[in-house]
Amino acid sequence: MRYIVIIIGAVLVNNFVLSRFLGCCPFLGVSKKTETAVGMSGAVVFVMTIAAAVTWLLDRYLLQPFGLGYIHTLVFILVIAALVQFIDIAMKRFLPPLHAALGIFLPLITTNCAVLGVAELNLKNGTPFLESVLFAFAAALGFGFALVIFSGIREKLAHANPPRCFRGVALALVTAGLLSLAFMGFSGLVKTPY
Amino acid sequence: MVAIWIAIGVVAAVGAVAALALGVADRYLAVQEDPRIGLVTAALPGANCGGCGFPGCDGYARALVAGTAANGACAAGGEACAAAVAKILGVEATATERRVAVVHCCGTRSNAIRVGDYNGIADCSAAAAVAGGDKGCRFGCLGYGACANVCPKHAIMVSDGLAKVDKRLCIGCGKCVNVCPRKIIELVPAKATLHVLCNNPLRGPEVRKVCKVGCMGCHLCEKNSGGKEAGHFTFDGFLAKVNYDNFPTDAALVGKCPAKCIVEDAHFESGH
Repeated sequence: MRYIVIIIGAVLVNNFVLSRFLGCCPFLGVSKKTETAVGMSGAVVFVMTIAAAVTWLLDRYLLQPFGLGYIHTLVFILVIAALVQFIDIAMKRFLPPLHAALGIFLPLITTNCAVLGVAELNLKNGTPFLESVLFAFAAALGFGFALVIFSGIREKLAHANPPRCFRGVALALVTAGLLSLAFMGFSGLVKTPY
Repeated sequence: MVAIWIAIGVVAAVGAVAALALGVADRYLAVQEDPRIGLVTAALPGANCGGCGFPGCDGYARALVAGTAANGACAAGGEACAAAVAKILGVEATATERRVAVVHCCGTRSNAIRVGDYNGIADCSAAAAVAGGDKGCRFGCLGYGACANVCPKHAIMVSDGLAKVDKRLCIGCGKCVNVCPRKIIELVPAKATLHVLCNNPLRGPEVRKVCKVGCMGCHLCEKNSGGKEAGHFTFDGFLAKVNYDNFPTDAALVGKCPAKCIVEDAHFESGH
């Protein structure tokens, strides 16, 4: 039950993009086509889950023993960046089909605030290991969910004929705002610290 | 003071371990790619038009090097490109004839009647879905520019309700051919100068009702180009078609077409 609450909380109630406003850059950047949005979502799920696991272990077994909690942001960025590079190389060697699908999105998401945000939130809330990883996975799923919905709307909007001053990014931002408002409807669905 | 040194030491150690891991990975996990892939990719035009049927020039280059694709499928690069690729791969170049798209319709707004007033989404497929479009002729160009929108080289321009292809800019990728709901765009040899700009196979009177310049299937073009034996034209119902395997070159045919739908060089040439 606890795990279900975490998933619903991270995907719908406290959606990373639409209510925490983390990861807005890829949200606006790669949402023009549903196809690329799905690829990006896959990469985000992959990176965020692994990053959450590694940063949790790093914090518990390296930073805390040395009393270095105050530089965790620096260390996290360093490790996540290196880790994604490593995964990129390893995936190219061992899982070429997966690399072909996610490859170009992996470097894009490396130092994204959503990735760092999930590590920070886990740290702040003092979540146990398994829940941290699950939370990261669900948060990334929520990100992908929002991204795919948004890209679907933008694909439809490409055929619309809005006033000139609204074309392009302006319309995308207004759409994102409305989507965020729509997700506000989920608030209060579950009580969750995350 | 000690705390600072510990912090510096830990961060440096983490950085060093990460760097070492990446270095080792780069050394021992590196994928040995055929160096020819890069060379072939560089020799291709890099337009990523997809005309060869592969996802981008890189995909085609990989297939070429792997030997699963025939050289010469790149219409954009043409013969020069095929020759360059052949040189890299060490195989004979197969000659590719440059092909360009042509829109088989000349029903401008003044020539072809409109039977409705369409105010929907400005897209040919959408217009065609609404009771078959607003054009009286069910076979002609709708003029909402689905082809122009999909063209990677911006070689198609819609003017006066009719799409036209710039012969010089067209790379023959065939995207417009696929997107046109009326299927009136065809890839033809760039050397062909005469085209029948009509796609309506119905009888003359029915064509005349909707268009002043529609082909009525009178066979005069065939007679004037040496008869059926010469084989410059084929007929589909009451529609003349240029046989592009044996295309006519006699410019006098243009004036002899009573419907005025045989046109010399249908391609407009834009200013750029």
